Amino acid sequence: MSTRQLTANSRQSTAHPKTVTMTIDGKAVRVSEGASVLDAARQAGVHIPTLCHHEALEAWGGCRLCVVDVTRQGWDGWCKLVVSCMYAAEDGLIVLTDTDRVKLTRKVVLDLLLARCPETPLIQELASRHGIDRTSYQANPEPTDCILCGLCTRVCDHIGVSAISTVDRGIGKQVAPPFHQAPPDCIGCLACAEICPTSCIPYETSDTRRVIWEKSFEMVRCPQCGRAHITQEQARHYAGRGGVPASYFDTCDACKRRQLASTFTKLQVVQGGAR
Amino acid sequence: MRIDSRAAYESFRDEAKAGLAARKKEVLVCCGTGCLANGSAGVAEAFGKELAARGLSVEVGTFTKKTGCHGFCERGPLVVVQPEGILYTQVKPRDVAEICDKTIANGEVIPRLLYKNPADKKKVERYGDVPFYKHQTRIAMRNIGKIDPTDLGDAIAHEAYAGLVRALTELTPEQVIKEVETAGLRGRGGAGFVTARKWKSCRAAHGDRKFVLCNGDEGDPGAFKDRSIMEGDPHSVLEGMVIGAFAVGAHEGFIYVRDEYPLAVVNLTIAMEQARKAGLLGTNILGTGFDFDLRISRGGGAFVCGESSALMRSIEGKVGEPRQKYVHATDKGLFDLPTVLNNVETWADVGAILHRGGAWFASLGTAKSKGTKAFSLVGKVKNTGLIELPMGMTLRQIVYDIGGGILGDRPFKAVQTGGPSGGCVPESLLDLPVDFEKLTEAGSMMGSGGMIVMDDRTCMVDVARYFLKFLSEESCGKCVPCREGLHQMLVMFDALVAGKGSPGDLERIEELAAGMQLGSLCELGKSAPNPVVSTLRYFRPEYEAHIHAQTCPAGMCRDLTAYEIVPEGCDGCHLCFKACPTEAITGEVKKTHLILQEKCISCGACYDVCPTQSIRFFPKHERTVA
Ligand SMILES: Cc1cc2nc3c(=O)[nH]c(=O)nc-3n(C[C@H](O)[C@H](O)[C@H](O)COP(=O)(O)O)c2cc1C
Ligand code: SF4
Ligand code: SF4
Ligand code: FES
Repeated sequence: MSTRQLTANSRQSTAHPKTVTMTIDGKAVRVSEGASVLDAARQAGVHIPTLCHHEALEAWGGCRLCVVDVTRQGWDGWCKLVVSCMYAAEDGLIVLTDTDRVKLTRKVVLDLLLARCPETPLIQELASRHGIDRTSYQANPEPTDCILCGLCTRVCDHIGVSAISTVDRGIGKQVAPPFHQAPPDCIGCLACAEICPTSCIPYETSDTRRVIWEKSFEMVRCPQCGRAHITQEQARHYAGRGGVPASYFDTCDACKRRQLASTFTKLQVVQGGAR
Repeated sequence: MRIDSRAAYESFRDEAKAGLAARKKEVLVCCGTGCLANGSAGVAEAFGKELAARGLSVEVGTFTKKTGCHGFCERGPLVVVQPEGILYTQVKPRDVAEICDKTIANGEVIPRLLYKNPADKKKVERYGDVPFYKHQTRIAMRNIGKIDPTDLGDAIAHEAYAGLVRALTELTPEQVIKEVETAGLRGRGGAGFVTARKWKSCRAAHGDRKFVLCNGDEGDPGAFKDRSIMEGDPHSVLEGMVIGAFAVGAHEGFIYVRDEYPLAVVNLTIAMEQARKAGLLGTNILGTGFDFDLRISRGGGAFVCGESSALMRSIEGKVGEPRQKYVHATDKGLFDLPTVLNNVETWADVGAILHRGGAWFASLGTAKSKGTKAFSLVGKVKNTGLIELPMGMTLRQIVYDIGGGILGDRPFKAVQTGGPSGGCVPESLLDLPVDFEKLTEAGSMMGSGGMIVMDDRTCMVDVARYFLKFLSEESCGKCVPCREGLHQMLVMFDALVAGKGSPGDLERIEELAAGMQLGSLCELGKSAPNPVVSTLRYFRPEYEAHIHAQTCPAGMCRDLTAYEIVPEGCDGCHLCFKACPTEAITGEVKKTHLILQEKCISCGACYDVCPTQSIRFFPKHERTVA
């Protein structure tokens, strides 16, 4: 899956992917072409805070926490402030993650998020690590845990369901199912709840029933271990995409793995015996 | 009939011109959105009837233009009798018979219907003598008001498509770009980006499928230049776009029109159909083998949809939210294919440049800002409306010569330029020549050309708050600095105008402004602090008065202002009594009046009507309530 909007060209697919070399806070790092500055920083062991980034999803650039300054030899000291999660690693790029502009931007972003989410531990900790214990702004009179990172809606789009989206704009923006009603397309996979960095999407799940976004789901029980591991809607959705019968998903992943492992061990035993 | 060669175009044009010349008189009735609202359709209809009844051989042409384009928003419907160029304002259907009998049949002017210049109270007969016009130079709006926008022949008689003919039959794409480069044309939609540079990158971009787009979203409150162009001369937009497409090698395009502009959509659609039939759009344009066609895309209804990446998303049928892009649209734009996006006015300039030459365009304007620029002049000036001026004219000329000065001859305070994320330019800079660079240096910007004139009764803190409110409602909410920052900024400004600011607010505001400018994803958030930063730069004491003295020096913030009648001046005219919405004023005719403080809501209505200026405002905390 192509994860970023970069100029990454098709040469990448050749046997020896091209690499680019750059420096991050003075450390040289070599990454394959198509990587982002954030990828490069992680590889170099330079920490850049992020809130809306996830390896499995296309970069989005909403939280603005991952800003860095970039420059090049020949730019005469001129720097450009960019979000590292979306800026492509380039040969000769000089990345600075600790300039005054970077620090100011991060501070303002965290200060604002702390005002929005004054009671959210993740934000409290992150802000505190950047020296903010109390917001400079008006604390939200109706505290929320949602930082509007968009991970939930994007993961839902990514799995091809798109049951939820953001609605409204500006400060009134929120994540919601269509018409604020139980989303007809939701398959109850919990991907949104699990990816949410602040765990603010409520759900219940039990042996018989699962409820998320105020929609109830019947569970499928694994015929081997009896665990309720998947909703019927999930089984149908995966079957539809994978071209296999829904019953394929009756057995839970753990039991499938166990089965596979035992088949494999038998096989090895047979092969070993033949030698 | 298809115009399939240069010769065919010329003979078509000459015929159309001869047809025009054969008309003895022409009555132009403004049928723009504004004049229509004032009843101009009834006026046009009355002309049709009255002229027929008299057997007068006069063509009734209708020209389409929004009220205000002539500078007299409140004076529509406007009628111009050609060839004399006599301008009548506020024409009613019942005036039409008189105009036919006197002016058209006998060449007699009707003084009652003429425009009176507020400066010297003299009546002005000729359209071109009205001060509002005298100082203008129209390029992008060259044909608005002169032509019937739904008549291709009329447009061509006024040289429409002459630039296209030259580009397609005489020049190579590279030469077309060179001409636009010589002209020094820069984008009229906001940032002033060099048009030829954009076209060059798109031409150089790989791929066979490219797009040219027209930005007709015009979301700035009060702006209407693009609407006037699309409504009043849609062919100028089409012509520019076909030339641009030829230059960059595109065969498809879109005109993105703000959803609130139905008349623009209608007139553009008619123009496109006519141009296609005439072989000026579609396949084998002008018989040269060049193909290019256009579609209209209706706007998504949000201000941010005018932003380049959001506009492209919206045309793609997705939610119109900006996307972070470190690759230019000229490489990866609409559907990730090479794309050129230009503003309506930019496109309208292109045809004229190709027709009359880049050097001609560059001979107007300043060192780095060439040609003319359309502005919508509004606010506290006597003449408001849409104007087009050579770059470099000073603010003083615009406000006093064209605008006729401040309403009520009050003192000038500032002019806000550049739309909601522009800035305020103070009186000390009245002699500033208006161009891209000078406005930016002054902490404001050209933007799309909004100009709001403010008098001494304008609170600059409240002005900044007004724009913050607009922008906070228009922020798409995708990124933290803009979404949360605008909200918090507005919270702080609401406190300031209520006298609830606290020391340290200004520093907090400045830090937040810097964070938003640096961190926001798109230009909306990046430029949103401009009104705040520029008013802080020039009017800081006014902010301090709100914070430290709970006082609004302009006397506009209601929570901080009280009014009273100065007994010595009051002659008991009773006007304030009638104006007060809360019956807070007592007094009999010819006797001194009094404001009951406990009933007064500080709206200032009395202050504005008092003919003897005997009402004064003062800080509310100094007032004693009985
Ligand atoms: C929030 C926002 C709104 C905008 N709205 C408009 C608009 O209504 N019309 C327009 O031409 N440009 C608008 N722009 C500027 C466009 O992004 C783009 O720069 C412009 O259309 C390019 O054309 P030009 O080079 O001819 O000016 C807007 C930009 C932003 C950030
Ligand atoms: S619900 Fe969670 S994942 Fe979704 S936008 Fe809010 S914080 Fe992000
Ligand atoms: S700056 Fe504002 S309008 Fe632009 S992406 Fe961010 S939230 Fe949306
Ligand atoms: S992680 Fe890059 S903007 Fe959020």
